[in-house]
Amino acid sequence: METIKHHVSDDLLMAYATGNLAEGFSIAVAAHVSMCDHCRSMLESFNALGGALMEQDTNITVADCAFSKTLERINACQSVSQPEKKLKSDFPEPLSDYVGHSLVDIKWQPLGMGVKQAVLETSEDATARLLYIPAGAEMPDHSHRGLELTLVLEGAFADENDYFAKGDVEIADGSTNHTPVAMDGKPCICLAVTEAPLKFRKMFHRLIQPLIRI
Amino acid sequence: MTSENGIDVARWANELELVRREKSIEAFERLFNHFAPKVKGFLMKSGTDNAMAEECVQEVMATVWHKAHLFDPTRASAATWIFTIARNKKIDALRKQKRPEPEDLGWGPEHEPDQEDVIGLQQETERLGQAIANLPTKQRQLLERAYFSDMSHSEIAAATGLPLGTIKSRIRLALDRLRHAMK
Repeated sequence: METIKHHVSDDLLMAYATGNLAEGFSIAVAAHVSMCDHCRSMLESFNALGGALMEQDTNITVADCAFSKTLERINACQSVSQPEKKLKSDFPEPLSDYVGHSLVDIKWQPLGMGVKQAVLETSEDATARLLYIPAGAEMPDHSHRGLELTLVLEGAFADENDYFAKGDVEIADGSTNHTPVAMDGKPCICLAVTEAPLKFRKMFHRLIQPLIRI
Repeated sequence: MTSENGIDVARWANELELVRREKSIEAFERLFNHFAPKVKGFLMKSGTDNAMAEECVQEVMATVWHKAHLFDPTRASAATWIFTIARNKKIDALRKQKRPEPEDLGWGPEHEPDQEDVIGLQQETERLGQAIANLPTKQRQLLERAYFSDMSHSEIAAATGLPLGTIKSRIRLALDRLRHAMK
């Protein structure tokens, strides 16, 4: 794999480490960390910070019966299921849990001009979707009401700001207007997560927006 | 070996090893007595009430027992590993959401940890604990709030009456200090 140049931010890694990040964004962070050693080590540092802060706490006690009740729980559930054997997947594992293992089996929904999407089933505080952009094609021109993360899974895209290859993450906010184009003569597949519905600038897209959930 | 602030990283890794290898109830009870109150403290700072926290502590510690074979002392201290289990429990109990986890790295539970890596990780963890203990009280409190409560930076600002920029720069400062101390 080429070197990853665009990483998730410390803020996002920290929110993920503390469990305060919406499920949709957590998928993107977990998938990026699966592909990126740099962010994996940062995440482990944030986990260590959580462990160290938890360790400092000395003022709390648990109920007297807590230990015996825990042993009861342990005895009630002796057979722990063995982890399933890993299947070969087209996607990083945290994403496979949502979309399956094969690109061929994705149920795409056309957005026009060859662009397709598949919305993941997550909690409602963020929307995660796979996007398929044909070679040379562009995403509909849009701006954002809130945070958007775009993780490149296959191919590459470029917009007015930069070039993003496999494993790279683009972080955009409300002030970003951009038009990603699939580069290098190949289709680009991304995971895009938004905290609010995308806001399209062209009237046509605004009209169909409620219908296609983008 | 106990460091000045009483954090005994190697000891808890060894107790977990006893749970994993020998299914030692005694070692598990020592782990429980040390960590169960800390897990409860973390859960209550995250917004659970006492009854829910007690319930979750039992589930977290039962998971520690069942998953002891997955603990890797070259990559996390016992406190860090138990924190991640408690955090996942919190997401499950409070947010009612799934927790997508990063792909595991190639080495599985079968790999024998390199003692040098284990000791290195333990020394770094003790330094981190020391660095946190040495933070000015205000910075430590803020870091704890940001870390444990289900609040965004701006919600912390509203609750403390401090401007958001101050919060962010204090957290950054605290993180910078910690990174510096870890070098």
